[in-house]
Amino acid sequence: MKKRTLLERMASAPHLVWMVLFIVAPLLFVAYYAFTTPDGSFTFENIAALSNHAETFLFSVCMALISTVICLLIGYPLAYCISRASARAQKILIMLIMLPMWMNLLIRTYSMMAILDDGGFLNNLLMRLGFAPVHIVGTAGAVIFGMVYNFLPYMVLPIHSVISKLDWRLIEAANDLGCNNFRVLTRVILPLSVPGIISGLTMVFVPSISTFYISQKLGGGTFELIGDTIERQFQNPVTYHVGASISLVMMILILISLAIMNRFSDSETGGMIA
Amino acid sequence: MKTINKIYTVLILFMLYAPILVLMLFSFNSTSNTGVFTGFSFYWYRELFRSAAAFAALKNTLVLAISSAVLSTLIGTMAAIGLRKMRNKYVKGLITSVTNIPMMNPDIVTGISMMLLFVFVGTMLGQQDKLNFWTLLIAHTTFNIPYVYLNVSPKFQQMDKHLPEAALDLGCTPLQAFFKVELPCIFSGIVTGFIIAFTMSLDDFVISYFCSGSDFQTLPILIYSMTKKEVTPDIYALSTLMIVAILTLLILSNLSGSKEERAKIRALRKKRAAARKEAKA
Repeated sequence: MKKRTLLERMASAPHLVWMVLFIVAPLLFVAYYAFTTPDGSFTFENIAALSNHAETFLFSVCMALISTVICLLIGYPLAYCISRASARAQKILIMLIMLPMWMNLLIRTYSMMAILDDGGFLNNLLMRLGFAPVHIVGTAGAVIFGMVYNFLPYMVLPIHSVISKLDWRLIEAANDLGCNNFRVLTRVILPLSVPGIISGLTMVFVPSISTFYISQKLGGGTFELIGDTIERQFQNPVTYHVGASISLVMMILILISLAIMNRFSDSETGGMIA
Repeated sequence: MKTINKIYTVLILFMLYAPILVLMLFSFNSTSNTGVFTGFSFYWYRELFRSAAAFAALKNTLVLAISSAVLSTLIGTMAAIGLRKMRNKYVKGLITSVTNIPMMNPDIVTGISMMLLFVFVGTMLGQQDKLNFWTLLIAHTTFNIPYVYLNVSPKFQQMDKHLPEAALDLGCTPLQAFFKVELPCIFSGIVTGFIIAFTMSLDDFVISYFCSGSDFQTLPILIYSMTKKEVTPDIYALSTLMIVAILTLLILSNLSGSKEERAKIRALRKKRAAARKEAKA
């Protein structure tokens, strides 16, 4: 390959400048705000203040983990079912899965709330049919339901793309060698779809842990996730610094877990193929 | 597909679409009740079309989406061009990872990090409105660049590396070789990147929420402020219109995409019909 000409070097310059100014610099500002007081002096107080939010943080991690696992349990069979359909049907089904993603998260969550609300569609329907109304909005279950509903496509799509590219001769081979369907699933299909599962898990977990709209609407203001805490800190310039320290810690934890997940999936597939 | 697979797929799809259908139904409700359907009317649509705020927000959203998609497509494509021959793997890896940060990071962190930058710089410059159209444009362009870069740069890898060399040997200047040979090869990636950037920008709420001021509202921000108040079906009407618009766009883009395919199928059918006729005769 030829050496890069000056013109080519120049072509990437705007991007490099943009990257430093608007990706690196803002993150440095988060770190700066996390370690300073409103008058600009260095402090560890904001980081120490995190202990006040430790409970919220743990709660959010649990909620996000639960909804990620539910997404996996619902999404994996769905991705598998879709990948067994004909090519034409697969195209349409994937389109149908993607379509709700094109609708704004706010709208989806809001319509969910209107259905599940105490005086909402579902309860009216139940009462008309002679059942007792159920209180859903305002419970942790409603928030988890909202997360699963909104982020399920992020789980289905990567898993489907891996399963649909599987070499089906492997499954036939496993059948020929005496595996029953269950063993084929656990010994062949599941291990081979690990990369899709990993990217699905991260794609669901990251928005679940940082959401604030879903918990505001479906949680009915009864409890708080870490996203709500961050959002509240940025309503008032005085608390920017605490908000920045929470965000910094959350970002570092997420980036570390993403790095671990990626390494895990790399070594898994590497081992699988070899 | 086995029956049980079919039932499961249909069930989940029903769950995904039920709220959207209910929302569409209640946008035609005659009263503001969102639990009981009292009668069919276009009242909420009329109400919506009377609202100047909704139209301003729609215009803002489109202006922002188009300008940020153009800007990010330019910057992202140029970056892919500039970095395609970079030999130093570590530097290239570093640049790619930093570019991808806005995609990996939770939106809320990207949003507040930019807001802190804008507020800090704005205060230094003594601005009154620290958050405005320009801060939104910068924010949207930043989170769009990785999508463009990720769609364009693989196209260079798929391209036959000898093509531009052949063009040079046949007397093209390096610039001509680029525009006549390389650009057509990567063009589909540029278009995909542009479309993704456009839709990401249309749809974004979280980052816009932190980076927008009071004088430039986008549709998601307007919806957010509407849902903070009493529940009224005019949001349903707005959402229904947006859903219909998206559906139309998707169907149109699919139709144009599968035109060739369908032409092929039609040709095949004709051939088969002709063959059948011949066989009969």
